[in-house]
Amino acid sequence: MIGVGKAKQYANVLDRPIGKGKQEVSLSAFAFLFSELVQYNQIQVDNIAELERRLEDAGYAVGARVLELLCHREKGNRREIRLLGILSFIHSTVWKVLFGKVADSLEKGTEHEDEYMISEKELLVNRFISIPKDMGAFNCGAFVAGIVRGVLDNAGFPAVVTAHFVPVDGQHRPRTTILIKFAEEVLQREARLG
Amino acid sequence: MAPAAPKSGDVIFASVDRVNAELFTLTYGAIVRQLITDLEEVEEVNKQLDQMGYNIGVRLVDEFLAKSSVSRCVDFRETADVIAKVGFKMFLGVTASITNWDAEGTTCSLILEDNPLVDFVELPDTCQGLHYCNILSGVVRGALEMVSMKTEVTWVRDMLRGDDVFELQVKLLKQVPEEYPYKDDE
Repeated sequence: MIGVGKAKQYANVLDRPIGKGKQEVSLSAFAFLFSELVQYNQIQVDNIAELERRLEDAGYAVGARVLELLCHREKGNRREIRLLGILSFIHSTVWKVLFGKVADSLEKGTEHEDEYMISEKELLVNRFISIPKDMGAFNCGAFVAGIVRGVLDNAGFPAVVTAHFVPVDGQHRPRTTILIKFAEEVLQREARLG
Repeated sequence: MAPAAPKSGDVIFASVDRVNAELFTLTYGAIVRQLITDLEEVEEVNKQLDQMGYNIGVRLVDEFLAKSSVSRCVDFRETADVIAKVGFKMFLGVTASITNWDAEGTTCSLILEDNPLVDFVELPDTCQGLHYCNILSGVVRGALEMVSMKTEVTWVRDMLRGDDVFELQVKLLKQVPEEYPYKDDE
């Protein structure tokens, strides 16, 4: 008989259980979807800066939701109020949930006080993407930069986040660095909190 | 070398690289949101999603055939079965079921109870005409067209509109014989 033993239908999506987050889809399904996202945006824009901005905006929306979901599920609704706290949350928890591993490294910028960098040898989103020469410094990691910006912004740490390729000696493909530049108010608050 | 025996969907899914379903869900949500903002008309969004799905489907079928080593399907029934049991499992990690065969065996319904695309989603009142998962219908259509079957794929039941499952109706329009791009005598 159809219907017997099926999960209860909730009238309101907010009543539905969130789930453990252990469900998986194949990497190629995600790669195909991401390629369609990039292709669609390529048609809509005239220049690379605009394309990066659109990818970032898409990532921002993902980041905002990821923050809410993970705060509830992984951290028992505790909020990060310190800079290092939120950075290590992104570097470990967010990366682990989204990409299956913690980020390769988290560094503090040497030249400026407000800059931090998360590096990854090969970003999941860039794995099947090759950038044609005429697109210059374009990086599809802008999507991931958007996710990070979404998380930071909604956690109360406004920042400008960008993705860059950094060539590495001895490696054919450059590694990707997500550069986070925090707003002035974040540093002031951090100084005040000691 | 003898061809490998066709593998079941679970086996293939366990052997491919996998990624968190929530990243997939949220990325798809971002795409739909971008489309709605850009196109504004719900019908346009449906069409664009279908087109995107079609583009994915034509490339996806190559990977499907390569990884699953299924033998040539004898008829449409087998095709539909393979899509539901192997295809959906291999890419989305969920199994679909096939029902509602018509008398000639050219139309069937693909039932999805579990759909990773729609976690956390609810349709607002302004978007009631939206087929949120229309990308799936494009994927099926694109994939089948690459194996010489012209089909029409429509949504019959949609969980986001209050039904209890997702039901996709796949109708075989015609089998297109393979055309060789060169003449025999040249």
